[in-house]
Amino acid sequence: MTAKANEKANEPETTAVVHASRAAASGPREGTPVSLRNLTRAFGATKALDGMSLDIAPGELVALLGPSGCGKTTALRIVAGFEFADSGEVLVGGSDVSGVPASRRDMGMVFQSYSLFPNMNALDNVAFGLRMRKTAATRRRQRAAELLDMVGLAPQAKQFPHQLSGGQQQRVALARALAIEPRVLLLDEPLSALDAKVRLQLREQIRSLQQRLGTTTIFVTHDQEEALSMADRVGVMRSGKLEQVAEPSELYHRPATAFVAEFVGTMNRLPGDLAAGGGTVTVLGSTVPVHDGGPTSGPVDVLVRPEAMTVAPAEGGNGIVTGRTFLGGTTRVAVLLSGDTEVRVDVPSGTAPPMLPGTAVQVGLPAAPVLAAPREP
Amino acid sequence: MTADMTDTVTAPGPHAGPGARRFRSPLRAAPAPVRRLAHYAGTLPFVAYVAIFLIVPLVSIVIGAFQVPNTNAFTWSNVNIAVHGSYLHGFEQSLLLSLLASVIPGVFGLLIAYAIFTATGRAAAFLRQAVITASGVFANFGGVPLAFLFIASLGSSALVTGWLNDIGLHIYNWGFSLYTLSGVTLVYMYFQIPLMVLIILPALEGLRPAWREAAENLGARSFAYWRYVGGPVLMPSFLSCLMLLFGSALAAYATAEALTTGTIPLTSIQIGSFLNGNVIAGQENVGKALSLGMVVIIAVLMTFYVLLQRRAAKWLR
Amino acid sequence: MATLTPAAAGHTTSEADNSKKRRPAAARRQGSGAWRWVVLLIAGLYFLLPLYAALRFAGLSGFGDVFTTPGFGSSLWLSIRLAAVTWVITLALMIPTTVYVHLRMPRMRRLLEGVTILPIVIPPVVLIIGVLQVAPLALRASMWLLGLEYVILALPFAYRAIDAGLRAIDVKTLTDAAGSLGAGWFVTIWRVILPNMRTAVLSATILIVALVLGEFTMASLDLQQTFPVWIVLFDQENAQISVAASIFALFVTWIFLMLITVIATRQSRRSGGGEVTLFTVAPRETIGN
Repeated sequence: MTAKANEKANEPETTAVVHASRAAASGPREGTPVSLRNLTRAFGATKALDGMSLDIAPGELVALLGPSGCGKTTALRIVAGFEFADSGEVLVGGSDVSGVPASRRDMGMVFQSYSLFPNMNALDNVAFGLRMRKTAATRRRQRAAELLDMVGLAPQAKQFPHQLSGGQQQRVALARALAIEPRVLLLDEPLSALDAKVRLQLREQIRSLQQRLGTTTIFVTHDQEEALSMADRVGVMRSGKLEQVAEPSELYHRPATAFVAEFVGTMNRLPGDLAAGGGTVTVLGSTVPVHDGGPTSGPVDVLVRPEAMTVAPAEGGNGIVTGRTFLGGTTRVAVLLSGDTEVRVDVPSGTAPPMLPGTAVQVGLPAAPVLAAPREP
Repeated sequence: MTADMTDTVTAPGPHAGPGARRFRSPLRAAPAPVRRLAHYAGTLPFVAYVAIFLIVPLVSIVIGAFQVPNTNAFTWSNVNIAVHGSYLHGFEQSLLLSLLASVIPGVFGLLIAYAIFTATGRAAAFLRQAVITASGVFANFGGVPLAFLFIASLGSSALVTGWLNDIGLHIYNWGFSLYTLSGVTLVYMYFQIPLMVLIILPALEGLRPAWREAAENLGARSFAYWRYVGGPVLMPSFLSCLMLLFGSALAAYATAEALTTGTIPLTSIQIGSFLNGNVIAGQENVGKALSLGMVVIIAVLMTFYVLLQRRAAKWLR
Repeated sequence: MATLTPAAAGHTTSEADNSKKRRPAAARRQGSGAWRWVVLLIAGLYFLLPLYAALRFAGLSGFGDVFTTPGFGSSLWLSIRLAAVTWVITLALMIPTTVYVHLRMPRMRRLLEGVTILPIVIPPVVLIIGVLQVAPLALRASMWLLGLEYVILALPFAYRAIDAGLRAIDVKTLTDAAGSLGAGWFVTIWRVILPNMRTAVLSATILIVALVLGEFTMASLDLQQTFPVWIVLFDQENAQISVAASIFALFVTWIFLMLITVIATRQSRRSGGGEVTLFTVAPRETIGN
């Protein structure tokens, strides 16, 4: 598991992260299934949640991904008990917790930042939940020490939050949430306030801890890379609704809607001509099949990933290079096509040097099926 | 030249080149000590003003406290008189009054501040604004008008007293009077409570909702939260605000004068009386000694205030 | 009479960070709000009953006559002039100093804050004794001495207001930006810093006005007949009118403050901020995205 984790960390960000079997880990502990049934919540005229339903298997890590305002945090807070749904229910382990106050739901929550109690050191912070459960002092300090060790902060046990870095604070917050052996672990954008480097390290840690303990987890984030790399399944949300819930690779390669396609990873949009019946589309001079589920008639845009396209210098080609961005192993080449469409194509960095800005190139599409969406003006 | 792998078509952005006009100070060429002096010179007007209108009067009081009037010879007698007899009694009463008039309004002010701070709903913002601006106004209200307000409502034959009598609470039979320490405390609260509301609000803002939620999530209900997190975190700020209230009560003059001429000896009134002229010959500078005493007490309070604020700032970042 | 009202410039809570979330969860629960109304009710009674009793005593006639009684006009005029003098000197002194310290001597801010606490440590009654001791006779007899000393009393509030205002606009960054675009010092202060300090200046202004209109101790011991002093003197002649005058001053100040708050809130809403509270100390950075 660790080797794979290291490998993941080294892959360039544009390459799709393909996970091996992501079946829900049945760790040393039996996880608890969680069900969100038809949750609706409105703040005045705006609908924060619009009939959202989701079933989470025991021990699974589900990421709720979406832009701000999509309702993902509201959903999480309803599960935690800090907000109430106007209608719908939350089932944990089969029973409805809607009437149970937050303090008795037996869930562990990690907030975005600064949630550690400033008047207690790390150890006391972690032990707090156990103190609330009336655990004996020696036993709870012992357990807190174990958890701090698990997150690699044993030497910092006596330090106060203001003496810890952002990443350390979040690790303590994680230990604190896990100390009570919660049925569900809830994470509200825990990495958003941290530096990039620390973020990556913590991603690993959270994921490996979660798998080791087998705790059912809901992870809210707006960072699609985070969601894709950590989750068993990802639920993409927009305007209070779940647009698609699927394993990361499926989300990436078979997005159900144009929104998901463009939110997860980068997506090119090219005008194309749909054949009668909608089975194939002509774009960039070639005719390729179309995935089901899209429009069957009318003007369409074709959605293609940068790594799915090809580009090579060619006199009299269909486009001109407007810029390049070096990303490590790959280089993203921006090309202006005739008709004023801009596309980005990923190529191995070794083949990039000849394509300086201004070079005429030919952009191509392999024969694989593409996604179609109604054309946007 | 190695090919730069990252280039875009857009031109390099504007930057402050040699063309930008900047003020070149002649001081750049001056030697270091002059420059350092000039550096501090920006604060000169302020320093001069404070020195003239605050420090000089203060120093003259401190010096005068140890001088024999007219001859200006050094003496302890002023200070000696100031800590005995009716003046000592005045200090005791002032301190007791200030204690009552800081702790009680301190607690009330905290409750009110918390009440408006955590209010929700459409009227909440309006409530907050109304209470905060009202506090700003009432915190400056005092003296005779304030005394009058209470005489008109709780005087021996006043409106509210009448109401209380009607429902069987004969407060005057129980020894209540506006001119006793408890009565004066009651009146002082009229400006002390708003003061507390104003100075404790920033501390309340420092109480992050995440702490409350995290505590709840871990199983703590209201009482446990306040006992283990909210209370301890708020305590330094609360205590520091009490220090300010104490100083404010101690320094109060106008209200004290309106209510107590003669009945309760209070240091601030005693100091003021030295300007009014009825002074025993030879004791003209005792007022300064009293002032010195008051300043020393308040200075000690302010030291605690600053220390507590610093501690609070560490946690309420 | 309290002489301390810590103040700052408008503190804006950005509505973008979902103000609902900033209130603790417990406040949203049904039933936990009861104590709140009890507290506010008791407070309301305590503060409003005496006002009501006094109003009944003063009667409507008191309010009518108050404006025509001798001394009302002259004492009010004196107070207004004093307020104006205090305002001019205080702001002319504090704004450049605070800006300078913010930009050039950030470590001195602690010291500056400490110095501005001094006037709080010195009770006005003590200050006036010292002042009357050292002031030259000519100054002592005139009203200007009081104005000059009121500046000292106003220092804590003015400093807090301006300091918070500068922190809210991150004056260092703005000045650097203006400088990099070629602006000199004067232009920077006039066109960049001052316009952004409207709320802070407003806040300081109203507090200076409240201070001067309510300051009794120093004025009476200095034998100047300012408005508050007149109210007290007149009380001996006609209590009703005196009470009417003080309640008048109270309500006028209250209306003023609410007006300022509304204007400041509307201004800050236009520039993307949120609710404005005039009396809190420095705004806190918002957390998260």
